[in-house]
Amino acid sequence: MLRVDGLSAWYGEAQALREVSMRVDEGEIVTLVGRNGAGKTTLLRCLMGLHGTYGRTMGTISVSGVDVTGLPPHARARRGLGYVPDDRGIYATLSVEENLMLAPVVKSGGGPEPWPLERVYETFPHLRERRRSPGTTLSGGEQQMLVLARVLRTGARLLLCDEPTEGLSPLFVQRIGEILREVREAGTTVLLVEQNVHFAASVADRHYLLAEGRIVESLDRDQVREREHQLLEYLGI
Amino acid sequence: MLQQAFNGLVGGSFYALLALGLAVIFGMLGVVNLAHGAFYMLGAFGAFIALDAFGLNFWVALVLVPLLLGVAGAVLERLFVRRLTPLDPLYNFLFTFGLALILQDLVRREYGVNSQPYPRPPELAGTVDLGLFTYPAYQVFVLAVSALMCVAVWVVLTRTRVGMIVRAATERPELTRALGIDVGRWVTPVFGFGIALAAFAGVLAAPMRAVNPLMGADLIITVFAVVVIGGLGSVFGSVAAGFAVGLVSALGNLYVPALSQITVFILMAAVLLWRPAGLFGREEAYR
Ligand SMILES: Nc1ncnc2c1ncn2[C@@H]1O[C@H](COP(=O)(O)OP(=O)(O)OP(=O)(O)O)[C@@H](O)[C@H]1O
Ligand SMILES: [Mg+2]
Repeated sequence: MLRVDGLSAWYGEAQALREVSMRVDEGEIVTLVGRNGAGKTTLLRCLMGLHGTYGRTMGTISVSGVDVTGLPPHARARRGLGYVPDDRGIYATLSVEENLMLAPVVKSGGGPEPWPLERVYETFPHLRERRRSPGTTLSGGEQQMLVLARVLRTGARLLLCDEPTEGLSPLFVQRIGEILREVREAGTTVLLVEQNVHFAASVADRHYLLAEGRIVESLDRDQVREREHQLLEYLGI
Repeated sequence: MLQQAFNGLVGGSFYALLALGLAVIFGMLGVVNLAHGAFYMLGAFGAFIALDAFGLNFWVALVLVPLLLGVAGAVLERLFVRRLTPLDPLYNFLFTFGLALILQDLVRREYGVNSQPYPRPPELAGTVDLGLFTYPAYQVFVLAVSALMCVAVWVVLTRTRVGMIVRAATERPELTRALGIDVGRWVTPVFGFGIALAAFAGVLAAPMRAVNPLMGADLIITVFAVVVIGGLGSVFGSVAAGFAVGLVSALGNLYVPALSQITVFILMAAVLLWRPAGLFGREEAYR
């Protein structure tokens, strides 16, 4: 599904990613864990084609066997990448419903079914109640639901989620876990940046550990369970 | 007094139309278009040339001139502005400023500095009885058509998919791209549209303002103050501030004529002290 080869990225002279190579197979949930500043957000932004405004990149990225390295962000989105940014990215000048409808549905079939608006509202009734209000008037948890719903509505094949559980109450964290498992069943692939190791271990099939811009380890679910304490210590939580 | 207020609103129409174009362009491109006044001037000259050289009347000019200049604006965006936007904003600042000077001087070389006469359209030559006073029909028309234009733009921005995309791209251009929207494709028509609005205001101005190469430069300073008062990039704010500034300066003119030239700037200073982001501006900086 996703294949990254020798990806490096710089902010001016400072190198933030060092020859990262990784892959995510179809239907997998893979997390990317690492300390603050390890380069997780940078990696997702590179995958989305958003690093260009900050500095240079090198290496190749391919999605479903197609090299997307040279493609602009909107073309990547149209090929099925669904981006959930770390700051959520709700538009204050758009209503809840407009926030949902802004992103166009992914073209060419083969992927998971796009969620019709009706299904979004059935799954998240609160969004229906607030559909005419500005997106940013929702609570933090509801905003995160909105952002997830936004990419599901497009029928994105590979979700790139940057710390979706950050700052949320356990109830919402649990809800996000349910949604991720549900969309995986429907054929969606997920690359999840996560500091919450416990949550990561509960949803993901595999994990990459990123440190100072390098992938230092690749772990499966059981390894993470065994080493949860060690990982937590390493992450400084 | 009422009549003066009405004068103010008519004057404010021009501010509102120009500020609206500036705001849309700034919002979508992050470019402060210093050539905006020059396109207003070209609009007025376009009307003059259309009549003088081609015998095309006001009504034809009102449609044709903004259309042509809008296309010219779109071409300009494609050829120059687009290349400069990734660089320091100063480049587009200098580019549009230089362009304004070039356009002004080209017109001046051809037509000199004297004002060119432009007749009112005969259909609007008379006066209208507004109950409390009578008023030139043309001025009433200007006010009505400008207000209508502003409302139309508002409706497009708030009620259509195009408007939604423009708002989204104004707020978070990068994110909007990441969500699958080719923002770059919308930038050119938006720039052209902003220029067309300036040209539209220019054609409207031709029958009631002196048509000369400097008419845009004189007006645009005030329009920048209007945009700042309304809140940079705020579409609603710039329109409201346009009419408000017209009103305030007309009334200021009536009560304290000595200050007539600077009422706008006093207003701007007061608003900025009170709300640094302008009346309808958002506090955070644009990304
Ligand atoms: N805009 C920027 N300009 C310069 N350096 C940056 C910028 N953004 C990030 N960096 C640097 O790049 C490195 C990686 O940052 P990144 O945001 O990708 O880390 P992260 O793993 O997402 O961290 P966090 O857990 O805090 O979100 C850090 O050293 C950071 O200081
Ligand atoms: Mg981050």
